Amino acid sequence: MSFKTVERKPLTFAERTYVPQILSGLKTTLRHMVKPKETLEYPETRPIIPDGYRGVPTLVKDPHGREKCVSCQLCEFVCPPKAIRIKPGEISAESDQAHVEKAPEEFDIDMLRCIYCGLCQEVCPEEAIWLQNVFSMSGYTREEMVNDKTRLYELGGTLPDDHFKWDKKKAAEEAGNAAH
Amino acid sequence: MIDLYLDLPVWIQSALKGLIVIMVIIPIAGACSLAERKVSAWIQGRPGPNRATVPWVAWIPFFGKFLQRLGVFHLMADGAKFIFKEDVLPGHVNKFYYYLAPLVALVPALCTIVVVPFGAYFDAATETLQPVILANVDVGILAVFAIGSLSVYSLILAGWASNSKYPFLGGVRASAQLISYELSMTLSVIPVFLWVNAPGGNGTLSLFDVVQSQSQPGFLGGMWFVFLMPLCAFVFLVALFAETNRQPFDMPESEADLVGGFHTEYGEFKWSLFFVAEYAHMTIGSGVFVLLFLGGWNPLPWVPLAPLIAGLPIWLGGLIGIGVFLAKSLAFIFLFMWIRWTLPRFRYDQVMTIGWQKLLPLAIGNVIFYALAIAVIERS
Repeated sequence: MSFKTVERKPLTFAERTYVPQILSGLKTTLRHMVKPKETLEYPETRPIIPDGYRGVPTLVKDPHGREKCVSCQLCEFVCPPKAIRIKPGEISAESDQAHVEKAPEEFDIDMLRCIYCGLCQEVCPEEAIWLQNVFSMSGYTREEMVNDKTRLYELGGTLPDDHFKWDKKKAAEEAGNAAH
Repeated sequence: MIDLYLDLPVWIQSALKGLIVIMVIIPIAGACSLAERKVSAWIQGRPGPNRATVPWVAWIPFFGKFLQRLGVFHLMADGAKFIFKEDVLPGHVNKFYYYLAPLVALVPALCTIVVVPFGAYFDAATETLQPVILANVDVGILAVFAIGSLSVYSLILAGWASNSKYPFLGGVRASAQLISYELSMTLSVIPVFLWVNAPGGNGTLSLFDVVQSQSQPGFLGGMWFVFLMPLCAFVFLVALFAETNRQPFDMPESEADLVGGFHTEYGEFKWSLFFVAEYAHMTIGSGVFVLLFLGGWNPLPWVPLAPLIAGLPIWLGGLIGIGVFLAKSLAFIFLFMWIRWTLPRFRYDQVMTIGWQKLLPLAIGNVIFYALAIAVIERS
């Protein structure tokens, strides 16, 4: 026989009086009463943000202070709710970053549209746009809820960079293989 | 000061005493609503209301912070809010009974305190313990039951006058439930009074005498009735929960299936009166339980109060008596809340089954058993 008949016991008298169950329930709630509290007192204590958290999208600079975005507009095209608007601009020839060629002139993220999906971060070839750990965005007007370029850099700050891709390119361009 | 008080006519003295008692009961009832919120919060792992504060108290170091964390000012804010809210009168209600119901709730709840002794002092002249009580009448427990059960009318009136189906269902449930549990409650205290009224003595229903008979010398004499008659205490406790409409018996209110039950159509101060009444009822119910089964103002089983306070000044002894009694009652109110936030509500048919098929036979059997047992003990 491949199955086993489990005996279904009728409720005992003690169980039918509810009393033992009530007492064990009281014990449980008493234990919870003296336990440390589960909740955070929010504005004073903040939650610990886990790694890889997708908060408000921001633009970042590399440790040399160069803006990483090259306004390729991939994020704008991938953005499912069309929250991102970029107006590409040229980097002037006098700048020492002239070889990067492009940088955003305007970069707006409409936080009323953004769905925090993180596709922009995923698609960005320059690792310039990051969803960081700001989780609470609020404002009194619709205009306030659109983050412009200055605000995005304020929120983003600087993130470490392992590659310095454009510095290496410039060095290679100038010195060829001698750069290595 | 004392002379001035004693020169007043008796009715003014009584009115003053009554006012003082009401001024203690109502804040306790209010504090209970806060305690309810705090206890529920602690049980659910939350800190509970702890933000509101008033500036000049916040400046007191430590103590001000403590009061704020305790949520005391939320209570005041709530009270003020209830008073200043617009007095909304739904268009479809029966105005007279709609306004009457909250009053009918509050009046019996506050009236029962008249016959409940809430402390005792040692009278040096007669060398006896005297109760601190508004009216030391012999009907005692009978008056508590008679007046206390009037509060069901408030629920029925509220349910009916609201002229709306959920309150009506709440009112119907209230009446059925309170009638069924009234019986078991009354039956459960009979053994206590059989034991208190020894044959040959003057018959008494006074709650003071119940406590006195728990303060006798000897093993059986000093024993609290909760140990002597645990089943009575259990039946009384269950019936008390049902009588005060507390979880798991809060059928008239049951917000999950009846919106808000009998008080669905009520708002602002009228609504809060229902709650003050419920908590006052609960406070007095706990007081009666403490008197009947937990030795009243005797600090510990087999430790009567009288010898402890015999040498002390009369006011100090009295305060100790009241303090012990209040501490026990408040602990008992905590039990009410603890159970409320532990148990789910019974279904209505379960409430009726428990009331009529379980509790009532149990109470009757209990009376018969203790009557026989007491007869045997008295005879020997």
